[in-house]
Amino acid sequence: MSEQASYKQELALFGTRARQRRLAAALAISAVLPFIFSPFLLDLANQVLLASIGALALMLLTGFAGLISLGTAGLLGAGAYTVGVLVREAGAPFWITLPAAAVVGAGLGLIFGLPSLRLRGLYLAISTLGLHFVVVYLGGEYEAREVLSTGVMIDSPSLGRFTLTSGRAWYFVLLAFAAFALLVSVNLQRSRTGRAWRALRERDVVAGALGINVQRFKLLAFMISATMTTIAGALFAYFRNFVSIDAFSLYLTVQYVAMIIIGGMGSIPGALLGAAFVILFPYAIEAIAGYLPARFSNMVFALDYAAFGVVMILFLLLEPAGLMGIWQRVRNTIAAWRAPKRARRAPQ
Amino acid sequence: MSLQLVANIVVLAAIYALVSTGYVLIYRVSRVLNLAHGELMMIGAYLLVATAGAFSGNPLLALLLAAAGGLVMGMVVYAVLMRWLTGEAVLAAVLITIALGILLRGLSILIWTTQQYYPGAMFGWHNPPVRIAPGVQISAASLAIVLITVIVYAGLFIFLQFTRWGVRMRAAGQNPLLAEQRGIRLHGIYAFAWGLSTFTASLAGMLLSLDSGVESTMATIGLKAFPAALVGGLDSLLGAAIGALIVATAEIAAIQYVNPLLSDVVPFLVLLIVLAIRPWGLFGSREQLDRV
Repeated sequence: MSEQASYKQELALFGTRARQRRLAAALAISAVLPFIFSPFLLDLANQVLLASIGALALMLLTGFAGLISLGTAGLLGAGAYTVGVLVREAGAPFWITLPAAAVVGAGLGLIFGLPSLRLRGLYLAISTLGLHFVVVYLGGEYEAREVLSTGVMIDSPSLGRFTLTSGRAWYFVLLAFAAFALLVSVNLQRSRTGRAWRALRERDVVAGALGINVQRFKLLAFMISATMTTIAGALFAYFRNFVSIDAFSLYLTVQYVAMIIIGGMGSIPGALLGAAFVILFPYAIEAIAGYLPARFSNMVFALDYAAFGVVMILFLLLEPAGLMGIWQRVRNTIAAWRAPKRARRAPQ
Repeated sequence: MSLQLVANIVVLAAIYALVSTGYVLIYRVSRVLNLAHGELMMIGAYLLVATAGAFSGNPLLALLLAAAGGLVMGMVVYAVLMRWLTGEAVLAAVLITIALGILLRGLSILIWTTQQYYPGAMFGWHNPPVRIAPGVQISAASLAIVLITVIVYAGLFIFLQFTRWGVRMRAAGQNPLLAEQRGIRLHGIYAFAWGLSTFTASLAGMLLSLDSGVESTMATIGLKAFPAALVGGLDSLLGAAIGALIVATAEIAAIQYVNPLLSDVVPFLVLLIVLAIRPWGLFGSREQLDRV
């Protein structure tokens, strides 16, 4: 073991036995889950999978490259509306609408990213917020012009005789997309691009001095993140069979920002944990609301808002490293508790 | 352009100008952008609903109590939340204000539901239209908004320029370290700036609720006032007033001549244009800007 591992070995994702075993276990569990889950739990799992794509995209942008965006809801809406407009105007099938959503995402990513070449921090967040309102306006304008009071209906995607409707089928489709997003994120993180982003996040002037093309990598971060987000939005449109601009409010953006904060900024597993937490949170509140006086249980959504605000504040004040920070601490405690025993057993 | 249109622009500009003083005050002393400002303004309006319910026979007392509540509200927010983040990364503080906004939105619905309230009607006051020129009418509450905005701006100018606390506040904004070394208590200054900020926001919220009632969507108006503050330059009060005039003119013109649906997006279009051309705003100080 004294030899240095080669770069290739370092980069190998599933190089070691332990990793292969973990991967096999994860695959086996995710393959079995949909056959154990009730339809309700299956729907929850699907929502979490869908949200984790958007959370990973935002984590790449904010957690790795350090570029703050408040445009997630606008991008999700743009993806969903690309599908909605293409289906309504041209009856396009999914193998046209999904790539179209990706193209729209890359283009919007470029536009959302352009301010980042001049602005930083707060001002960047504000410019993406402005773009959010522009996208939402365009969607609302389309709905108004077409006189759609309830949004655009979208048929489930079908290929040949197979139509994607059942929760179980959706589970495997979304699992594939989420796994692909995860693979992309992990690969970006540990390769040249990810290192460039981390350098940008710490200090972009120094990154430039080190020979990193600052503008290129900033725009790349925005484009990759936006493409992932619009694809998630397109999947959302098909998943719900329905697009309405009301679904893409500023609150949705806040939820995605909360996912990466609560999960743990700069951590890929954190994005997944955060997505699960934020998606499941309203259901937990709903369950608790059943025990409260009728005055409150009738207004579950307001209770949800208030509780969500409190949880976000608590994480920001008390555990800025998020759920991953808590997990790390638990692991350290266990390791510290076991270490003395192991030291005693080991021969001197 | 008719005179009526000009009057409408002035009223909208006064609303934006009154609300955006809050953004400017907090940004100027602590470089924090308060994204819960719209929600705080809405709570201010609800405070008037509460005091109007308790003292419906005495409107002046109700108004004064609600305004005092607005002042205390900001200090409480600072003492309970923002104090812990002084000196931390500005981003964490901004995220906290987003969370606070969501919390306040939820709480306000839990307390006051989604029903619309008319505090004016609770006093038995029905907001008569006022003729200010031949053929030009605005509501009495709108006239009050314009007048009070002028008074607030004059008051803030005198306060920041000539009073001891105002000078301290400017000092804290320019250089916190030096200010503290000169014996200025930063926590006190910051708390006071938050109080003033929510006080002016509450005034705006109350006057708007006298004009058109208050419901849970009022917070959006607070957010739309933010572009006004930024167009003028986030740390300049004069800039906020002129920015408000620009944004209001663009918005009313778009509603009148192009498409009423544009109302919500025009302020942000103006904001994007300013960010692209002159990110520090018309009157903002250039060197402090977080630019690349």
